[in-house]
Amino acid sequence: MTGSRPSPTKSSADGCGALVYAVALAAVIASFADDARTQEQLRPYTVVGDAIPQSLTGAKGDVERGRNIVVNRQVGLCLLCHSGPFPEEKFQGTLAPDLKGTGARWSEGQLRLRIVDASRLNPGTIMPPYYRMDGLTRVAPAFQGKPVLTAEQIEDVVAYLATLRNE
Amino acid sequence: MKPAAAVVFATAVLGATAIAAEIPLADRKSGYEYMGRETRAMQDDDTANPGMLWVLDGEALWNRKEGAAAKSCADCHGDARASMKGVAARYPAFSTERGRPVNLEQRINICRAEQQQSTPLPFESKELLALAAYVGRQSRGMPIEIADDERTKPFLQAGRELFTQRQGQLNLSCAQCHDDNWGQKLAGAVIPQGHPTGYPLYRLEWQALGSLQRRLRNCLFGMRAVSYPSGAPEYVDLELYLMWRARGMPIETPAVRP
Ligand code: HEC
Ligand code: HEC
Repeated sequence: MTGSRPSPTKSSADGCGALVYAVALAAVIASFADDARTQEQLRPYTVVGDAIPQSLTGAKGDVERGRNIVVNRQVGLCLLCHSGPFPEEKFQGTLAPDLKGTGARWSEGQLRLRIVDASRLNPGTIMPPYYRMDGLTRVAPAFQGKPVLTAEQIEDVVAYLATLRNE
Repeated sequence: MKPAAAVVFATAVLGATAIAAEIPLADRKSGYEYMGRETRAMQDDDTANPGMLWVLDGEALWNRKEGAAAKSCADCHGDARASMKGVAARYPAFSTERGRPVNLEQRINICRAEQQQSTPLPFESKELLALAAYVGRQSRGMPIEIADDERTKPFLQAGRELFTQRQGQLNLSCAQCHDDNWGQKLAGAVIPQGHPTGYPLYRLEWQALGSLQRRLRNCLFGMRAVSYPSGAPEYVDLELYLMWRARGMPIETPAVRP
């Protein structure tokens, strides 16, 4: 399944967009400018099959930083839903597959797409889109205009998950 | 893919909502059932339940003369044990003054303004929580019974839509946790079905009594979604839908939660 997501409609995501458009041309221009600015922050990527083969940053991520992101409940949030090979982490989720062996099951490109936007593969998924900003509704002010993880952080997580080869 | 997923996809284009599979009536469980033995015992024993301190305060406020009218709640309603029995089990209820459903706290404030000619009590204030806990206590054990009539229906529907709408940076809906994944663990916490049966309730994490709206704000915060202002119609609509979803389940006020 490739590129089947509808094109972004960010400015109307909160349901007020239509009103803004109706009110004034200036508002339209402003909201487009806004869109351009937000989109700029996300690096472009190409989906091939069920993967994003190229690194988002052009560089390889750092395995150790990746592990720290995955276990951090304020940053990666992964262990809210997933469990994994983290014996020191007491509270792990049961909402999602165990992360052990993910590096054996998936290529780096496949892992990258699953973290960037798992909804491309399963539109009903509860796994949050970590590198998408369009199509979201009512985002809290502190998190507006930014993805859950940066491109660098995603690459770190991908590099780490790729090392999880034992079932 | 769960059957609900297809619906989510079909409506995602409109940024709209999906109706997730509702929990069959017979499978519903209060958050009480997921608690450890000690926390349950704390809720069950009035002498150990910290929420009872607020109930006692509420009883004193019930009998205190207030406002320019110098009337107490008891002056109009008499003994709450009789007059308030079953009331909390049918709130939020339609208010003709407001033209929409109001929750119990708002109803108390309408009485304060109009009958006692006094100022409204702030949401989450000790006094409002105490009065709501005292009134709620009179319905303990009684089944929730929300009017499902023509006036209420649009608000119930609005509440259901809020419940199934994905929101926040994490793009989650209430239903994805509370209809689709209850019983699973979110990190250390068991996800309950999200029934409003015990509010206001004493939460060990808060070390205090808190309202249902406070609980909903916590969930919205976790979803990284904008929270609504206290008393916002959205909260009341959600509350109405949650009560309807819990219809027939017994009121536990003041409950205890971890
Ligand atoms: C709110 C829940 C949630 C969070 C948070 C979450 N995931 Fe997931 N994840 C899921 C679910 C559910 C699936 C199962 C597939 C699906 O539903 O799309 C999944 C699937 C995956 C998969 C594919 C697993 C497999 O073996 O098929 C990987 C890899 C993954 N997640 C990694 C992560 C990482 C890394 C993070 C944090 C940066 C994370 N997830 C955060 C819910 C979550
Ligand atoms: C990612 C999962 C998740 C989402 C999304 C979520 N909740 Fe919750 N909810 C929880 C968990 C976990 C608890 C249990 C309390 C705790 O330990 O934090 C809870 C508790 C509750 C309770 C209290 C139940 C009781 O027994 O007292 C209610 C009511 C509730 N949620 C309603 C909602 C509503 C309404 C929404 C949407 C606005 C929502 N939740 C979104 C996970 C979630």
